[in-house]
Amino acid sequence: MEAIEFKVKWGMVINIDKCTGCGACMVACQAENNIAPMVDGSDKRMTLTWMLVYELSNGKPFPEHDIAYLPRPCMQCGKPSCSTVCPVIATTKDEEGGIVSQIYPRCIGCRYCMAACPYHSRYFNWYDPKWPAGMEKTLNISTSVRPRGVVEKCTFCHHRFMYAKEKARYNGEDPMDLPEDAYIPACAEICPTGAIVFGNLNNPEHKVAKLAKSKYAFRLLERLGTDPQVYYYSEREWVRRQGDNYLPHEKTKGE
Amino acid sequence: MIDREWLPEGVERCSFGKFAVWLAIIGVVFAWGLYATYRIFANGLIETNLDNYFGFGLWITFDLAVIALGAGAFFSGFLKYIVGIEELKNIINLAVIVGFICYSGTMLILTLDIGQPLRAWFGYWHPNVHSMLTEVIFCITCYCMVLIIEYIPIILENRKLNQNKFIHNLAHNFHVFMPLFAGIGTFLSTFHQGSLGGMYGVLFGRPFAYREGFFIWPWTFFLFVASAIASGPAFTMLIATLMEKITGRKLVSYETKALMGKIAGSLLCFYLFFKFLDTWYWATDTLPRMGLTFDQMFNDVYGKWLLWAELGLCGVIPAILLVVPKFRNIPFLLYTAAILDCIGIVINRFVFTVQTIAFPVMPFDKWYSYVPNWAEWATTFEILAYGALVLSLSYRYLPVFPQEKELN
Repeated sequence: MEAIEFKVKWGMVINIDKCTGCGACMVACQAENNIAPMVDGSDKRMTLTWMLVYELSNGKPFPEHDIAYLPRPCMQCGKPSCSTVCPVIATTKDEEGGIVSQIYPRCIGCRYCMAACPYHSRYFNWYDPKWPAGMEKTLNISTSVRPRGVVEKCTFCHHRFMYAKEKARYNGEDPMDLPEDAYIPACAEICPTGAIVFGNLNNPEHKVAKLAKSKYAFRLLERLGTDPQVYYYSEREWVRRQGDNYLPHEKTKGE
Repeated sequence: MIDREWLPEGVERCSFGKFAVWLAIIGVVFAWGLYATYRIFANGLIETNLDNYFGFGLWITFDLAVIALGAGAFFSGFLKYIVGIEELKNIINLAVIVGFICYSGTMLILTLDIGQPLRAWFGYWHPNVHSMLTEVIFCITCYCMVLIIEYIPIILENRKLNQNKFIHNLAHNFHVFMPLFAGIGTFLSTFHQGSLGGMYGVLFGRPFAYREGFFIWPWTFFLFVASAIASGPAFTMLIATLMEKITGRKLVSYETKALMGKIAGSLLCFYLFFKFLDTWYWATDTLPRMGLTFDQMFNDVYGKWLLWAELGLCGVIPAILLVVPKFRNIPFLLYTAAILDCIGIVINRFVFTVQTIAFPVMPFDKWYSYVPNWAEWATTFEILAYGALVLSLSYRYLPVFPQEKELN
């Protein structure tokens, strides 16, 4: 299937050297996207975490020991491994902006997309979503609640994109040429250290477009050919090396 | 016997009481599965041990395995009706029934496996033509219908039913058109067996499964077809043998069984030749291009022993035993080889389903393992019980084995 080239390509550059692993992005994401409180939050293989912070280690003993935190949203791949395999067109990459959609009322819950995604960005609703009494008042009216039995994932807070486009139209501006901060996802907005930068990768004036071209920028599992729209940045070689699989004799990207 | 006039002519069957006890045993297993089915439909997949890492597990492995083993139906049909190997008429009815059980059982399991069973029809209504799974959904459904059409004339040949003139003529006409259905079945079955393999081969984000290929079809497409036809005839022959052990009667001549073994063995050799080539290319070319090594694909749980068991113990050894007439003509070796052949294909489907997703593609992630829980086993056994029920009823009331009279 041919990849579509978009005029606008929303992307992120996550500076791993700035990330403290505080998890605010995960919390913001859960609140913004109406992810129900976990039945058993300790069982990490059953929880829904559209944004998940991984802890990376260089594996060396003290004093060379070093750690890093890697926030992992959906990579919104240019060549998604998930959307092509979905038997019912419940996930697509066909809208200007390049965000991989997830159509909950269409999803049959076969989980083939989960098997296809190497980033584990896709989650299955094992439980009926339930909020403790009173907490339903905190629900975000812009995001639909998903039923049990369907797959869901990060959408770059797509509802915020819709809102930003609407606002631009109202103001007589071009919705396809949004200024840098007109649309940002909840995780990027809340990050206290500014580690997550968001913008249009195709707009050279946006910070992400510049940062993505840095020699310290890399993408997760780039060699697989998924062409992610999420970039990472680290000046530490061992961090970049964990961004992809390398044979022992191969040089790390950015060296 | 209260059901005497329904039994096939000239053959012996156990008393109805004994048969009822047998059905009751099957019924207990079936009821256990039915209870699990109820719980899964009522509470969702949280009743299983599947999780966000292992979205596929025992059910998908079972489905793929029985579809491969059920390939005896289409391939025997192809060899009998299209190629014209007449001797297969002695076992073709059983092959059709086993195929029907395998495919209908798979469809039942799939309704459990999807998170939204009420949306199962979306696969036909909103098909994604780029997805191998879409092709599988369509082909399995169509082929299941073909198997029903092939099964109907066997049912209509029941002694009592066949006394009705209309039914008698209908059954005859079904037989007349059987080569046509065998042809359609061959076409459909080849494609979905292939697409099941293609489902894994296209996963370019999963290095364990990913394979290059020809045009839109990854090599796994062709390998799954080959492995299915290499094991299906052996499985049909084993079922016939198992039925002989249970009933204490000779049902199929040893020559026919050996012929099925020969067919399976020849195709197993063909399959293994390409499977070894494929594995070698994957290990030395595909994986290094992804920055990975062959050794990284295995861990303590999903070790290389699985690969050697699949290709060696359950690959090369049964292939030799089945193609060499001296070995094939010894019943013990024929049956052992057939069992190993089937186990090898089950291992193949298991690793493609489970090991593919167990391997941590992100370097900072780790291996996880999966163990099915009671609900997954119970529903799997439910399908096995369903199969035993269909086979038992078919054996008792339908003329499944044309040689039975002369052999006993």
